[in-house]
Amino acid sequence: MGTLTYIEAGRRALAEEMRRDANVWAVGEDLGRGGVFGQYRGLVDEFGADRISDAPISEACIMGAAVGAAMMGTRPVVEMRFSDFALCAIDELVNQAAKARFMFGGQTRVPLVAREPIGMWRSSAAQHSQSLEAWYAHIPGLVVACPATPADNLGMLKAAIRCDDPVVYMEHKNLWPLEGEVPDGEHLVNFGEARIVREGRDVTIVTWSAQVHNCAAAAEALEKDGIAAEVIDLRTLWPWDKDAVLKSVGNTGRLLVVQEAVSVAGFGAEIAATVAERAYKSLKAPVKRLGAPRAPISYAPPLEQAVTVRQDAVVEAAKKLMTF
Amino acid sequence: MTRNIDLARLAEHHRVMVRIRAFEETAKQGLDEKLVLGAIHLSIGQEAVATGVCLNLNRDDILLSTHRGHGHTIAKGADSTAMMRELFGREGGNCGGKGGSMHIADFGVGMLGANGVVSANIVIAVGAAHAIKLRRENRVVCCMFGDGAINRGPFLEGLNWAGVFNLPVLFVCEDNGFAATTRTRTMTSGDGPLARAKALGIPGVTVDGNDVLAVEEATRSLLDDVRSGKGARFLHAVTYRLTGHTAVDPAAYRQKQEVDEKWQSDPIARVEALLGDAHSAGITKAREDALREMQNALNVARDTPYPDVSQAFADVQDIGDPRKEAF
Repeated sequence: MGTLTYIEAGRRALAEEMRRDANVWAVGEDLGRGGVFGQYRGLVDEFGADRISDAPISEACIMGAAVGAAMMGTRPVVEMRFSDFALCAIDELVNQAAKARFMFGGQTRVPLVAREPIGMWRSSAAQHSQSLEAWYAHIPGLVVACPATPADNLGMLKAAIRCDDPVVYMEHKNLWPLEGEVPDGEHLVNFGEARIVREGRDVTIVTWSAQVHNCAAAAEALEKDGIAAEVIDLRTLWPWDKDAVLKSVGNTGRLLVVQEAVSVAGFGAEIAATVAERAYKSLKAPVKRLGAPRAPISYAPPLEQAVTVRQDAVVEAAKKLMTF
Repeated sequence: MTRNIDLARLAEHHRVMVRIRAFEETAKQGLDEKLVLGAIHLSIGQEAVATGVCLNLNRDDILLSTHRGHGHTIAKGADSTAMMRELFGREGGNCGGKGGSMHIADFGVGMLGANGVVSANIVIAVGAAHAIKLRRENRVVCCMFGDGAINRGPFLEGLNWAGVFNLPVLFVCEDNGFAATTRTRTMTSGDGPLARAKALGIPGVTVDGNDVLAVEEATRSLLDDVRSGKGARFLHAVTYRLTGHTAVDPAAYRQKQEVDEKWQSDPIARVEALLGDAHSAGITKAREDALREMQNALNVARDTPYPDVSQAFADVQDIGDPRKEAF
């Protein structure tokens, strides 16, 4: 085992896959200079400007070109800089990439990876901070991945590049500097397999992306109060690991879903509904969701903080579930 | 002006043009019988663009088309019976009956799909060309779109991309004058398709799109440039849609007199006039063969079953297969 940051793990994943398969290439704005966050730093030196390709500021064309290039047998990794900007490429992702295989009767596949960094980061305000992962989970044809650790960013990005389906790959901007252990050799994560971050018997906390770390810290705090929280990192929202969640809720009888995204009509509702449909007999308390209010994200730090799910809110919600 | 005409080549165009016309008239018959479903968009009157361009593409060249794509698809070499089955939503259709008219595609002949979203294929086309360049393959991409497409962002973004990366693409603007049911010029600022292409660094020409020889001559010249690595080129072919936006659109937004006049330059009639009386037997045979082929396709499609309902869940995706999800 070695240690890498989340951003380095992503860089290693891409480099390993580009070495393995000459059809893998990356395209997006500013990639030659390393990408907006440095995710691609140095890669142009090894792979050249044709494979670490700078693009015009033209998200629709970056995504659309990736669709065409994927249908022609290459495996493009598309950089959208901020998931917010990918909204300029929604037709290309939702109407084209997600549908081509199906509507052409299986004549083609679109093995592209759309990297769409999500989340609040350094007062970036309303157009650079959103977490829109639930939108994509709603679209047939797409895989949605939200890695929370360096090891997962390595293993999941590699798996995304090898996947024959279009993958919306959402790294969290606040996690770029996070350090963690990663396996030395080949490392791949199977999509749809949640990670049990911490085992517990009293309450199940289901989360993903940066909130995994918040919830792990909350679980540690709860432990001091004698509450054993089981924390599940979903890792992928489509497919998502129902079995792991249902099994855990079967043991604990209590479910808390935590997401950075707007709570209303979010993915937490999908989890809550599934548990209500399939595990209601084991529930000892109502299902609880925690997420952002339905408001755009502010610039000023106290206002930004006001829409963030914080550790004390997770602790409080878990404690409340224990009162039923 | 006298033209040096290759009559054998002209007859080849004629055979494909009448096949396209017969396919669409037969499809309309299927629609009237409520066997063809959804919306179908006919290209009656635009056949010279389809054959003038596509008969100059090689089988392994790539074609992307519009929601009005039957003609292009036939001209690229797709099987008409499979296409008719697709329009009927039946088994054995090019897309297994799951795409229909607007998503017709035949990857086996390099036809990467009609598209239901105006101008969406322009950015996909430049991506296909990008892959060709990355893989150092010796083929080109031809992207068809209508005049309505020039007012959407992907037109600007795709042409810019093709220019920036010096890609092997022939853009073909099939200008029938109407964006759905609105005259495109009333919704377009500036001088239109070719002026915009040139402004984006893509050289091109405007031709009479109802003159198949003019379309062919321009296409050959532009494709020579594309194939020799000079970058993308633009063909602006001015034509006219003799029927409505969809097959059930009476097109009451235009005068009967205008349409009657446009029928005088029906591209098929013009080819037949050029072929002349000496070829009347060949003309008649081509028309009869086309009608027989398409009537047969109609009969086959009518007798072909719908796909098994399990197909509604097939080819969605590998990861997270929807069949595992209960309703």
